[in-house]
Amino acid sequence: MDMNQYLSMFIDESNDHLQSLNENMLELENRPDDLGIVQVIFRSAHTLKGMAATMGFEDLSSLTHQMENVLDLVRNEKLKMQEFIFDTLFQSLDALQSMVQDITQGGEGKADVSSIVSSLQAIVRGEEPGGKQPKQEEKESASFNESAIHLDEFQFSVLDQSITEGHKVLYIEVTIRKDCQLKAARAYLVFDLLERYGEVVKSYPSVQEIEQEKFDRSFSLYYITQKEAAELKSLILNLSEIDSAEVVLLDHESLTELNSGVNEAAAASAPAPVEKKADSAAPSSADKKIPAKEAARPAAGSAPSRTIRVDIDRLDVLMNLFSELLIDRSRLEQLAYEVKRSDLTETVEHMSRVSSDLQNIVLKLRMVQVDSVFNRFPRMVRDLAKSLDKKIDLIITGAETELDRTVIDEIGDPLVHLLRNAVDHGVEHIDERVAAGKPETGTVKLRAFHSGNHVFIEIEDDGKGIDRDKILQKALRNGVVKESEAASMTDEQVYMLLFAPGFSTAEIISDISGRGVGLDVVKTKIESLSGVVSIESKLGQGTKFSVQLPLTLSIISAMLIKVGTEKYAIPLSSIVETGLIQRNQIRKVHGYTMIPYRDTHIPLMSLSELFSVPGFDESAEEETEIVVVHKGDRLAALTVEDFIGQSEIVIKNLGKYLPSIQGVAGATILGDGQVALIIDPNAFIK
Amino acid sequence: MGEEMKVIVFKLGAEEYGIEVDKVQTIERMMPITRVPKTFSFVKGVINLRGVVIPVIDLRGRFGLPEAEYTDQTRIIIVVANEMEVGFIVDSANDVIDLDSDSIDSPPDVVGGVKAKYLHGVARISEERLLVMLNLSEVLNRNEIIQLESLEG
Repeated sequence: MDMNQYLSMFIDESNDHLQSLNENMLELENRPDDLGIVQVIFRSAHTLKGMAATMGFEDLSSLTHQMENVLDLVRNEKLKMQEFIFDTLFQSLDALQSMVQDITQGGEGKADVSSIVSSLQAIVRGEEPGGKQPKQEEKESASFNESAIHLDEFQFSVLDQSITEGHKVLYIEVTIRKDCQLKAARAYLVFDLLERYGEVVKSYPSVQEIEQEKFDRSFSLYYITQKEAAELKSLILNLSEIDSAEVVLLDHESLTELNSGVNEAAAASAPAPVEKKADSAAPSSADKKIPAKEAARPAAGSAPSRTIRVDIDRLDVLMNLFSELLIDRSRLEQLAYEVKRSDLTETVEHMSRVSSDLQNIVLKLRMVQVDSVFNRFPRMVRDLAKSLDKKIDLIITGAETELDRTVIDEIGDPLVHLLRNAVDHGVEHIDERVAAGKPETGTVKLRAFHSGNHVFIEIEDDGKGIDRDKILQKALRNGVVKESEAASMTDEQVYMLLFAPGFSTAEIISDISGRGVGLDVVKTKIESLSGVVSIESKLGQGTKFSVQLPLTLSIISAMLIKVGTEKYAIPLSSIVETGLIQRNQIRKVHGYTMIPYRDTHIPLMSLSELFSVPGFDESAEEETEIVVVHKGDRLAALTVEDFIGQSEIVIKNLGKYLPSIQGVAGATILGDGQVALIIDPNAFIK
Repeated sequence: MGEEMKVIVFKLGAEEYGIEVDKVQTIERMMPITRVPKTFSFVKGVINLRGVVIPVIDLRGRFGLPEAEYTDQTRIIIVVANEMEVGFIVDSANDVIDLDSDSIDSPPDVVGGVKAKYLHGVARISEERLLVMLNLSEVLNRNEIIQLESLEG
């Protein structure tokens, strides 16, 4: 499986967890009896282990696993925190940190952690470290880790199969003369020669390390060929400055034996590197430092990858440059239209087509499946449910829905909040559920889907729902709402109170949610992503939080319209339709202007009045162009003077100096170089 | 001797003002401005400066001077301060001078000291020529729209 896409997320999260581990460990050192902190540490270590194991960083996960064992004992009060335990745990943290660092820099996250692992094991066994027993174990595991040339399962099966198919599998060890100046070059010649007649499956040190002369005098490798061993040997020896070459033909047994990691086998066929390794490993494990680079095993067979990782900044630059291009494109289109030369028009049209394709690709480059956020939720919900003693099924649908990378990066936290909320406050305890005639196991549905220019993410539980009266009481107590307003508020308005700062209806404050920070943060965060969050709920049946997010943050389709001399852009995503109405259709209802639309009446607003456009008055017109816009289910019509057309526009902000203006979402630059304001119709619909 | 500094000189009515050259991004001729509704009257709108949308304010309006017709001489000075880019519409801008920071006197004490806020000081260039040095961060402080009376002397 290709893990590349998760790698950066893994790195980020690992760093977060390491950070919190460090902080909490420090706090624990001050208050060694506080088991609550141990819980937190345990949880972090646990998450880290899970992530590392999924990503295939075995050293990382095995070390965290050992830490977990220790912490588990502490947590269950079977072990008291002592000075040396702290030391060892901190050492482990440092080791973890350097491994994650290594991964960040493109490494494999390998490190020799055997000494720390054995210290941790000793702690679990109830021994103080430094005794003889752990020492011995250190040796053992160290030498195991360092064994000459370790094949992974895949490579082993390749070799094994080659033998079965009648190819010759050779173990070759080449030693270069002592006085050789350019070891890497010699080694290269050997590889070059070998690759002419067969395939090198694995070498030790790895090819990269050999190229960088990171080897002593000899290197060994597994090789598949049709040539005879003796012939190859003489070919290798024919190269200059080669001291000796061992070529051993392998069969099934010797291959297994060689790979079993048994020291003798490795030592017999490749004495030099093992000795060298053992020498360097012993002192370093003695002083309990991690020889991070030393222990780096040869890179696991680099599977051909069809993806590359690109710095997100570069994508942002690409996006910006593309936006510039888009502005010029509209300008060119305009010019070509004015000049009316057919060859120019053709070229411009072609360029437009190419650039639309380009735009799709650039936008796609930034798209990430929400799965990368969702995939950590099942575990989270499981753990949460466990700790709350509830039974909950998390059903995820639409994980393949794609969202802009910037949105993905930001949406994780709010969703975690909402999910925790659903698990903690939404779904009831088992006995409550049974009493209410519901199945013991609650369901939380996490759903993502596309709709128009937006992506919706919904979190729905089948829990107790939101109690309108409870919220209102609380809101009245907090002074968020006045008594006079309370009665006239719609259910939805009441639910939205949950997002008010400092508001929490949970009677018992658990460590999961209910501290009243959270939901307002969720709302702020989602709004900062130009998203909208809403709540639907039925008492006793469940609650649905719905988050609406824009597909992308910088380029949108919009309808350009004209009012007087001014041009505005209305995002296509909020337009229901455009139309024409007769003046006499307009009704005045209780001070509002309404027009009939389909089966109902919807409010009509004049854009020129809203924006006090000078020198334009539509009241004299017989017929008026309208744009019907929507916010959720609610509709409204805006009168405009004329439609210009549909266009892809680049959203620009108005600069920091201007305060945010109601009804204006930003600005864009039109084909003629003029700035047009982008209308935010949501602001007009209450 | 104080520090040498370069100052862009521009005019509002009869008076000359100065802005340190490193605060000024460019000086542009008048260009089409897109009106922005529902904002201060001295905010004339936004312009497209090579792909960047920048708000422009009429400095006359900002200082409570009567607004003037735009002429050939009218310029938009794009300044950067407090991480904001803003264009100032001024009557003309046609001089860069070297100034010794010692020659800037603290602003004259006027009753209330309100208008002094917008000023760094007054620089004496010659016997007859005085230059009002602007305090950009105060001028761009949008929370405050206080009339600046014309400065004399």
